[in-house]
Amino acid sequence: MTGAPWISVALPLSRLAALATLPRRGGKVGAAVPSKTIRTRHSAPPEPTSRTPRPVDSTILLLLVQDGVVNGAIYALIALSLVLVFTVTRVILIPQGEFVAYGALTLAAFEAGHRPGTVGLLLALGAAAFVADLAAGRHTLDARSLGAIALRDLVLPAAIAGATLVVPEKPGLLVGILLTLAIVTPMGAYLHAVAYRPLEHASVLVLLVASVGCHLALTGLGLVFFGAEGSRTPPLSDAMIPAGPLVVSGQSLWMLALTAAIILGLWTFFGLTLIGKALMATAVNRLGARLMGIAPSMAGRLSFSVAAFIGALSGILVAPLTTIYYDTGFLIGLKGFVAAIIGGLASYPGAALAAVLVGIIEAFSSFHASAFKEVIVFMAIIPVLLWRSLRSHPVEDDE
Amino acid sequence: MSALLDASGVTVCYGKIEAVRDVGLRVEPGQVVTVLGANGAGKTTLLSALMGVLPARGAVTFDGRPIGRLSIEARVGAGLGLIPERRELFSTMTVEDNLRLGAFRFGRRERGSLDGMFALFPRLKERRRQLAGTLSGGERQMLAMARALMGRPRLLMLDEPSLGLAPLIVAEVMRTVASLRDQGVSVLLVEQNARAALRVADYGYVLDGGAVVLEGPSRVLEADARVVETYLGVLAAETGAQEARAG
Ligand SMILES: Nc1ncnc2c1ncn2[C@@H]1O[C@H](COP(=O)(O)OP(=O)(O)OP(=O)(O)O)[C@@H](O)[C@H]1O
Ligand SMILES: [Mg+2]
Repeated sequence: MTGAPWISVALPLSRLAALATLPRRGGKVGAAVPSKTIRTRHSAPPEPTSRTPRPVDSTILLLLVQDGVVNGAIYALIALSLVLVFTVTRVILIPQGEFVAYGALTLAAFEAGHRPGTVGLLLALGAAAFVADLAAGRHTLDARSLGAIALRDLVLPAAIAGATLVVPEKPGLLVGILLTLAIVTPMGAYLHAVAYRPLEHASVLVLLVASVGCHLALTGLGLVFFGAEGSRTPPLSDAMIPAGPLVVSGQSLWMLALTAAIILGLWTFFGLTLIGKALMATAVNRLGARLMGIAPSMAGRLSFSVAAFIGALSGILVAPLTTIYYDTGFLIGLKGFVAAIIGGLASYPGAALAAVLVGIIEAFSSFHASAFKEVIVFMAIIPVLLWRSLRSHPVEDDE
Repeated sequence: MSALLDASGVTVCYGKIEAVRDVGLRVEPGQVVTVLGANGAGKTTLLSALMGVLPARGAVTFDGRPIGRLSIEARVGAGLGLIPERRELFSTMTVEDNLRLGAFRFGRRERGSLDGMFALFPRLKERRRQLAGTLSGGERQMLAMARALMGRPRLLMLDEPSLGLAPLIVAEVMRTVASLRDQGVSVLLVEQNARAALRVADYGYVLDGGAVVLEGPSRVLEADARVVETYLGVLAAETGAQEARAG
């Protein structure tokens, strides 16, 4: 069983508590962390907290909204990458949560001073992708394309692995983050080559089944490489900035700033670059794009890499706030998915706004009924689906 | 002179039905070749197979190189281009983006040809910021043609480029086809408007029930009793009259 529902990303409560005990530094599980925020994974689901309604004054209200927005930023990143992958490849990227966990745990390993297991996984996935790419291109291989494939699937991961060897034992936060992104990002491309490219012509349903398989496999590999213990990383910034009745942490500012940067980056990529437009074209009309020489395998590889990059970055951003286990990513990914669904799996702004809404709903429900937090968040999808199905008109099959 | 495109024994099946049966076809460099046939004769199926959109049996070489196993993208890279029957424009993207993507295979090297294309199709220049999906039918045809030309194909296959166009514009399309030949581009033209097609083409094939029933230089076909009867008869006479009125 993966993604046990009681592993919660109990951000709002942890931050409420943080106000009382600030400044707080994250550490391994069991470090000075307020007891309510992190539930150890083998404990039974906790009893519902006190039933008496708590009064909400405006400070708490603001605080909850603030927490909701910060969490929502992470969900927005994930929702955007899910929309990207779905529109370009028709794949519902369930394993996106694993990229989140890999990002967090890889960085945590660097911080703890050991070489992360994902390096080995990167090499293995690269080798598997090499074989898959050779098989896919067997009729058209020439020396040049063979060289390009070898460079991408074998030399690149070897170079990244080499880089992890030459850096010092504890490379420091910035180098650790860069290495983490370098390790996880190409995994997206390799995953596409190995698991999805052979299914290029399959239906959405078959691709979904493949996604479930990939999710299970990557979660299992996560357990192998990182073990069952959870990890935290230090925050990107210890600063606590008073802002009226609130105290804004440097970490949450980093999260908002990087989310904004990613959104801006995606906007630039799609709006201004030819390759970004080629991805969009593939999403709009796959045959049309192929007739322009835009290969679906290239588009898939690229969108999966972007998704893996965004996933790893999200993991790096949440890791200081909550303990991440090898299977925590699933739940975070699922919330991004809820937001993406609300946006119809097609609209980037819709998905981003919905993600902030999901974050806020989560913040309020964990304050009022923390035991039912996940239930409330996931139930938010039902009225949306109802509304969508009521207002939807039969879609003409246009491609 | 060896053929640019040489196809032989091309057979395409939809399930058990053979929509194209044992078709052989050659296009010489700088030649305009037309494929005529009634509705459902297999013309679109044949072009799709030549482009790699549909799997086919038989041998196809392009510029002396077998391309039968290549993907669509690889054939585009080799210099084939297809304007499909349904055009497949990027409807939610602008006219200009559609055109730029037409030159995708050249990467960022392609800068100047956008202006050239606007010179050829001034109408598209006026509409460059408009979404392709909101263009009129005729404008959409122009965009499809311009987008394909942006890829500078050595052989351009057109599937009914005059579909739904006013007679004046049909003449314009045919002039564009003729000018392509002058630039050394070969053209494989599928048309319902047989008279217009034979006028511009050097050579023609007639498909019926998925097989080639007649082929020859267009002058010969134009005079062939069967062609006149089937394709240039009453209907074509009407079109001719329309063209005369319009001109
Ligand atoms: N996807 C398909 N599945 C089954 N049969 C098909 C399919 N596509 C086309 N056909 C059949 O194959 C035959 C040839 O179709 P095709 O589209 O090639 O004709 P065409 O010559 O282009 O006709 P038109 O002039 O009307 O465009 C027709 O009988 C058509 O019904
Ligand atoms: Mg047709």
